[in-house]
Amino acid sequence: MYKIVEKENLNPTVTKMVVAAPAVAKKALAGQFIILRVHENGERIPLTIADYDRVKGTITIIFQIVGKTTMLLNELNEGDSILDFVGPLGKPSHVDGLKKVCVIGGGVGCAIAYPTAKALHENGADVTVITGFRNKDLVILEDEFKQVSNHAYLVSDDGSTGTKGLVTNVLQDLINQGETFDEVIAIGPLIMMKFVCELTKKYNIKTIVSMNPIMIDGTGMCGGCRLSVGGKTKFACVDGPDFDGHEVDFDEAMSRGATYREFEAREREEACNLLRKGVA
Amino acid sequence: MANMAMTKVPMPTQDGNVRRNNFDEVALGYTKEMAMEEAQRCLHCPTKPCISGCPVAVNIPDFIEEVKNGEFEKAYQIIRQTSSLPAVCGRVCPQETQCESKCVRGVKGEAVAIGRLERFVADWHREHVKDEAVKPTSNGHKVAVVGAGPAGLTCAGDLAKLGYQVSVFEALHVAGGVLMYGIPEFRLPKAIVQNEIDGLKQMGVDIETNMVIGRSESVDDLFEAGYESVFIGSGAGLPNFMNMPGENLKGVYSANEFLTRCNLMKAYKEGVDTPIQHPKRAVIVGGGNVAMDAARCAKRLGVEEVTIVYRRSMEELPARKEEVEHAQEEGIIFRLLTNPVRVLGDENGWVKGMECVSMELGEPDESGRRRPVEIKDSNFVLDVDCMIMAIGTSPNPLIRSTTEGLETNRKGCLIADDNGATTREGVFAGGDAVTGAATVILAMGAGKTAAKAMDAYIQNKK
Ligand SMILES: Cc1cc2nc3c(=O)[nH]c(=O)nc-3n(C[C@H](O)[C@H](O)[C@H](O)COP(=O)(O)OP(=O)(O)OC[C@H]3O[C@@H](n4cnc5c(N)ncnc54)[C@H](O)[C@@H]3O)c2cc1C
Ligand SMILES: Cc1cc2nc3c(=O)[nH]c(=O)nc-3n(C[C@H](O)[C@H](O)[C@H](O)COP(=O)(O)OP(=O)(O)OC[C@H]3O[C@@H](n4cnc5c(N)ncnc54)[C@H](O)[C@@H]3O)c2cc1C
Ligand code: SF4
Ligand code: SF4
Ligand code: FES
Repeated sequence: MYKIVEKENLNPTVTKMVVAAPAVAKKALAGQFIILRVHENGERIPLTIADYDRVKGTITIIFQIVGKTTMLLNELNEGDSILDFVGPLGKPSHVDGLKKVCVIGGGVGCAIAYPTAKALHENGADVTVITGFRNKDLVILEDEFKQVSNHAYLVSDDGSTGTKGLVTNVLQDLINQGETFDEVIAIGPLIMMKFVCELTKKYNIKTIVSMNPIMIDGTGMCGGCRLSVGGKTKFACVDGPDFDGHEVDFDEAMSRGATYREFEAREREEACNLLRKGVA
Repeated sequence: MANMAMTKVPMPTQDGNVRRNNFDEVALGYTKEMAMEEAQRCLHCPTKPCISGCPVAVNIPDFIEEVKNGEFEKAYQIIRQTSSLPAVCGRVCPQETQCESKCVRGVKGEAVAIGRLERFVADWHREHVKDEAVKPTSNGHKVAVVGAGPAGLTCAGDLAKLGYQVSVFEALHVAGGVLMYGIPEFRLPKAIVQNEIDGLKQMGVDIETNMVIGRSESVDDLFEAGYESVFIGSGAGLPNFMNMPGENLKGVYSANEFLTRCNLMKAYKEGVDTPIQHPKRAVIVGGGNVAMDAARCAKRLGVEEVTIVYRRSMEELPARKEEVEHAQEEGIIFRLLTNPVRVLGDENGWVKGMECVSMELGEPDESGRRRPVEIKDSNFVLDVDCMIMAIGTSPNPLIRSTTEGLETNRKGCLIADDNGATTREGVFAGGDAVTGAATVILAMGAGKTAAKAMDAYIQNKK
């Protein structure tokens, strides 16, 4: 059992938890993730390691409440425990040797982008951050990103905070102004990553994306997390989650991500009802 | 007087039409009377040919003799001298190619039902005898075992008996390996596996789940933490695909994924959060035990038409005979001498068909089996909305890629000598991680051998 030592609601749909998991904290690096299970009949779901504290032996996770498992997780409070919590899984993000980088985060993808931006910053790189949200209420990690970047840009779909527009608009502007980057790192909804990649491809800027297909074991055993990258099949949990965005088949990834849509909708409905009745 | 019946006492089973709707065990097990009657068929041959067919040399004639006398606990103790998991092996060993293939009664008629008797004895013991937890006196040495499949669990048990303080590190949230995540409940009830694991815990073996060695800790970390020797029993869990067009469509699974969802995550039960597809027509590619298990699980999930596609003929089918028969009784269709070439998808990215080609058998290949060759222009399409690939697995590269000095062969299997010693000092290995996908009994045997060698290694080091 893994105890929740801190819980904070970052916005109405995104929660941060600090979890005691000393074995994971000892080894965790930016870009890696954990897999957790909330209860005995629960599903295994992956979440990125948003931060770690080797001394205290804790791991921070930031998750969006989208379906049954994240709802049940969000029902737990400080002092409660998570049944299973395994990691660090996946390959760490590659940060060495990068001097000037643009990190782009979309929505809850910012939670995944943050540790990478931080690692780059600690490594002495010049970090530009572009974050995008649907609206003002959904903004997360604004101050944290400022602390680990040289330039931070914030956009929102409706203009209720930051500049109105998309992350790709900002990137295009920067490129137009003559900015150059060793690498762009884009993390967010698949559709956002796809458009960032289409843009950077035009300018030949190497682009890394963090993929989040449906996973079970996270150790390379099931192949459920497979993606086509450069025409080859890769397992995101062991070969990734970071991949060269110009090689990823996003359309296939989007299609595969929807495999259990109906089941998920049903489960979400059920969980809502249970939680409303206060049973779960 | 021996029972000279030509055939085995039949095994009671759930009816095919009933069992294809439930996940309860198919074979129900002998009663006391059936077991004693079957035991009478054994001639107690002085040369004991059957023993030579068993990879761990269970003393077959002697244990059967005790069954004959109704001394079931004595029989159990005889089996336990060499086998750690009799309730498991009695159920899943490919007896027809091992112990039973050497039985003299098999020359004319059927061999003695050694596996069924072994299962009976182990079940009888579990139901009637409460094992006292004797914690062996500690010898002050610490050893680590990676992977809690049959190889790792057996190695851990044997080392614990010798007084070692044993920690088992398992990547998943439960111990048991393929016995838990792969082989379905209806063939090997999980409570039986859990019982074996609880026994180990009572002996003082420490089982740490949620520990992925190579990520959470490396093999080097284990040595640093004071473990004097490490056993690697990480299995061969990496699923192979055919790399044909359309393989990443929705509705295409590795058998591992399908079985993991079904068995480990219990997706077939109400009230469980892990989703599983409920297709109408499923095709399983492959002919081994894994293919049979996937097909039979699919049937139980309510799939109307389940077809197994295999590129050779019935004769070469590598699955256990009993499992093939059970699959047929449950209404699984076999399309032999057929090979897939392409997966066809609909406009939403779901599988809608599998293009196949017919095969014929040509000259024998290196394995001695006749090589299947494509018949030109024989392509046809099977209408399916689910496709499960059961064409084999390889060892996972995670440990070898994070451990200096651990050599592997071309297929990615760890190189180990007859005692399980790898190319790295103090590191031993066995089971599927060394042999590639094989059997439970071979994994168990390898765990036993390595335990002995690890003991010798540590005792000599002093
Ligand atoms: C490597 C990786 C890192 C991730 N990091 C984060 C993170 O830091 N914060 C965050 O909010 N989300 C993260 N996700 C996504 C997160 O795993 C899903 O939101 C979560 O599984 C949803 O579960 P649910 O039961 O609440 O929702 P559901 O209703 O079951 O699913 C909603 C959507 O989540 C995805 N999903 C469902 N089950 C899984 C699964 N087993 N594995 C992966 N995706 C699934 C699917 O796209 C699905 O359509 C990450 C995913 C991956 C693969
Ligand atoms: C569906 C199916 C049906 C089968 N049917 C039969 C049958 O009827 N009869 C028969 O004899 N054999 C059968 N087999 C084969 C048999 O199950 C295997 O040969 C046997 O389980 C191998 O044992 P093992 O201990 O080497 O590995 P496994 O049972 O694979 O166990 C390995 C364990 O190591 C863990 N692990 C892997 N990597 C790591 C890591 N890095 N860190 C920590 N832990 C790790 C895994 O999670 C797993 O629990 C079947 C196999 C399958 C898949
Ligand atoms: S362990 Fe397997 S091979 Fe050996 S006697 Fe028992 S059933 Fe036969
Ligand atoms: S060979 Fe057959 S009959 Fe002879 S001892 Fe072994 S089991 Fe009994
Ligand atoms: S999650 Fe199973 S192989 Fe990646």
